[in-house]
Amino acid sequence: MLGRLLSLVRRRRLDAELADELDFHVERLEAEHRARGLSSDEARRAARLDMGGITRVTEAYRDQHGIPFLETGWRNLRFGMRSLRRTPGVTAAVAATLAVGIGANAAIFALVNGVLLKPLPYPDPDSLVAVNHGMTGTADQLPSAPYLYFTYREENRTFAGVGLWTIRPANITGLDRPEQVQTLYVTSEILPILGIQPMLGRQFSQEDDSPDGASTVLLSYGYWQRRFGGDPSVIGRTLVLDGQLQDVIGVMPRGFRFLDNRIDVIAPFQLDRNQVTLGRYVFPSLARLKPGVTLADATADVSRMVPLAIDRFPPPPGYTRDRFARRPVTPRLTPLKQTVVGNIAGMLWVLMGALGLLLLIACANVANLLLVRTEGRQQELAIRAALGASRRRIAGELLVESTLLGLAGGALGLVLAQQVLYAVRALGPANLPRLEDITLDPVVLLFTLVLSLAAGVVFGVVPALRYANPQLSATLRSGGRTMSDSRQRHRARAALVMVQVAMALVLLVASGLMLRTFQALSRVDAGFVRPEEVQMVRIAIPFGDVPEPERATRMQHAILTRLEAVPGAVSAAFADIAPLDPGNGGSDTVLFVEGGAYAPGQARPLRRFEFISPGFFHTLGIPIVTGRDLTWSDLYDRRLVAVVSENLAREDWQSPAGAVGKRVRASPDDPWREIVGVVGNMRDNGMHLDPPPIVYFPALMDRFWSAPTLSFRSATFLIRSRRTATEGFLRDLHAAVWAVNGNLPLAEIRTLNEAYRRSLARTSFALVMLAMAGGMGLLLGAIGIYGVTAYVASQRTAEIGIRLALGARAGQVRRQFLREGMMLTAAGVMIGLVAAAALTRLMSSLLFGVNRLDPLTYILVTLVLVAVATLATYLPAWRASRNDPIEALRCG
Amino acid sequence: MSKQVLQGTLDLMVLRTLEAMGPQHGFGLAKRILQVSEGMLDLNQGTLYPALLRLQQRGWIKSRWAVSDNNRKAKYYELTPRGRRQIACEAATWARTVSLMDRFLRNPAASEG
Repeated sequence: MLGRLLSLVRRRRLDAELADELDFHVERLEAEHRARGLSSDEARRAARLDMGGITRVTEAYRDQHGIPFLETGWRNLRFGMRSLRRTPGVTAAVAATLAVGIGANAAIFALVNGVLLKPLPYPDPDSLVAVNHGMTGTADQLPSAPYLYFTYREENRTFAGVGLWTIRPANITGLDRPEQVQTLYVTSEILPILGIQPMLGRQFSQEDDSPDGASTVLLSYGYWQRRFGGDPSVIGRTLVLDGQLQDVIGVMPRGFRFLDNRIDVIAPFQLDRNQVTLGRYVFPSLARLKPGVTLADATADVSRMVPLAIDRFPPPPGYTRDRFARRPVTPRLTPLKQTVVGNIAGMLWVLMGALGLLLLIACANVANLLLVRTEGRQQELAIRAALGASRRRIAGELLVESTLLGLAGGALGLVLAQQVLYAVRALGPANLPRLEDITLDPVVLLFTLVLSLAAGVVFGVVPALRYANPQLSATLRSGGRTMSDSRQRHRARAALVMVQVAMALVLLVASGLMLRTFQALSRVDAGFVRPEEVQMVRIAIPFGDVPEPERATRMQHAILTRLEAVPGAVSAAFADIAPLDPGNGGSDTVLFVEGGAYAPGQARPLRRFEFISPGFFHTLGIPIVTGRDLTWSDLYDRRLVAVVSENLAREDWQSPAGAVGKRVRASPDDPWREIVGVVGNMRDNGMHLDPPPIVYFPALMDRFWSAPTLSFRSATFLIRSRRTATEGFLRDLHAAVWAVNGNLPLAEIRTLNEAYRRSLARTSFALVMLAMAGGMGLLLGAIGIYGVTAYVASQRTAEIGIRLALGARAGQVRRQFLREGMMLTAAGVMIGLVAAAALTRLMSSLLFGVNRLDPLTYILVTLVLVAVATLATYLPAWRASRNDPIEALRCG
Repeated sequence: MSKQVLQGTLDLMVLRTLEAMGPQHGFGLAKRILQVSEGMLDLNQGTLYPALLRLQQRGWIKSRWAVSDNNRKAKYYELTPRGRRQIACEAATWARTVSLMDRFLRNPAASEG
């Protein structure tokens, strides 16, 4: 082996020695022939013949003395580079086509990898689980509850730790200006479960988390940098959080993220075990499994503990323990990653499939280009084969060339993908989770490399197989002057074009269906009107500043009055939760209806509760179907009233009119409340879901949910105006709020239209991506058809010339090309329609209001494709038919 | 007999020829092999020279440049001690193969079984 490696270096000398040796051989042969009486010329000729091809011997000899793979590889590489440089146009076209195909795939794979494949950024992330619950009879998922948390903490056999958390906005005052921050409340176990230590200071201790513990707070790295300039002496200082003094005890490390939430500060939960009652399913929970414990073990463990929990804690006032024991919650444990990622997997895989198809189309196009290019080199290849280059060697060279092209395309593609990812991270389309994890990491780079090499082989193998073994005599004899193309030669290109057309059709159908989905969603009646005119801001009135519930509501009323007086404002209102808030679904709860009879164990339907000020419906443009809106005296006089949505009224009382005057309540020990109005439905869960049944209660009530007086200090204010989102308007809004109380921060400033767009974000992202893939597919397909027709036409210039000379009319020539092009297109369309009908099954979860076999989409897409294909065929056909016969015959 | 050289037999022929003739150049070897085979084996030079190189790489023969009988520089090949041992070994293997094939070709039971 060493000898062989050395001989790589000594090749030149070895070649020279061999030449000497062979010369000697030939001389001796010559001498013998002369001795037999031949003339010296004849002898030399005879000797050469005896010897066989010198080149062939040299080649065989070299193969023996070198490492054939390494050496021919290097030789092919240099050769490939040289021949690519010779045709810069084709090379650039191929590299650009591939760059788009590979770049798109690299980018989407970076998304798939970052969102779905990468583990969560915590140590041993696979043993982290989200502990949720279900209730028999409803499909809805309940989070955990304090009584369950304490029981799990004390009785579990399968958790290394279990904790509760929740995120709420809180106001920070006392710094230069008031500010609303996202506060993560955790029990003391949560951070140790995640395995994350503060970068500075210490974690929460058990004492910090106990109800009489000191008030402590941890800062996120971002908030520490933003508000304290990264000053390490911040530890030991105090913050005023919702009017309460809190000691800063630490700063979290820079990369720390809590699941997928942006948080500013972390505070301990400080639950009082003695105050805990049954119920209150409002806090998410997570746990770390002990080593070796499976999800099924843990689920069984939780099932065992639920009855213990019901025995251990008292029922809330007005309830009996029996009610909880009859319908215990069931465990629903899921890997934490699944909770973070959500249901985006389906869409990402569909997009990945679509872009994979696009790459295949690009490869087919490139293969076609290379076929044409290799055809042009047939003479060269034939001569080299005649001189002794082996079939393997020629095929090897062609493959190396295509691999080089693939790699060049891949490198350009990475540049493209990087730009796409910048955009994705900046825009955060489709409510993508884990944006920070979406990077061009080594896994993505490896994927791109493999993809580039695979693409190179895929499109390189066609010309390599076809031309590695040229029919020498035929090619050489014809001297480059070919008459009409043979059918066989044509077949490979035709098949490629057919495949391209078919795949382009699949992509177009997919984007067409997405477009129809988007149309259907846009046409859906959201319930509110002109969302772009509704400005939303979130304002929280701290308990520390204004302890009494009614005073908080009066302050909100005062703010509303000021807001309505802002120039350009038409009306204003507030609600506890903004419309289309993604968190709305979790708060649905049971509504008791007077006279409503439910069999024991039968699930009561869940209703959405909203707590609103008067003017809410007017501001949003929700029609009042019958009855009346709430009034301020409903709030201040604590009238027992409510308003329901039309679908709820129909469900429980068959008609809107039938609902008015009926009575409902939120819990058995609340007083009955009379329905005074029925309003139009609102698609609060997003346009693709049915409007939820909603009960609207006044934002100030007595004896609700067993509370003496209930108000909503943290509320979203809605202002309808033509001036939304302008700087002047926002300045006016701030001034209006601060005229009432200068300590109130305005948070989550956006228009209802932004929330509306966000609810369509996933569909529009899928639409944009599929439309781009479809458009590119169509373009590449058209180029493919154009290229083949143009090439065939150029090959047949002589034939066309003869026919024109013999009296054929231009129209006939054109028609012939058109017919051939259309045959290809028709075949491709047929295959594509069948494939689309099968493949769109995979994307049915993305569709809304349109059947995946929607005839209109399929027909329109087919028409577009056929039109483009006809144009792509017609142009070269038209050119061919205008050939000058004389010219054609002379040069053809 | 086919003029194709049976795979692996050329090596043994070359070695055996070198053993019988002593140091020899490529042309001489080719001629000798042609003679011995009584014209049945027309050795292709594209096979011989790579074979010589192969045998050198295995260390069974070595080469040196010398002046030939007609006063011209030529490359002479000769056996190494390892090459001598290799002949014994390969000859034995070959004899076994021949006798084995022989048995199959002669014994009617083998062909019917």
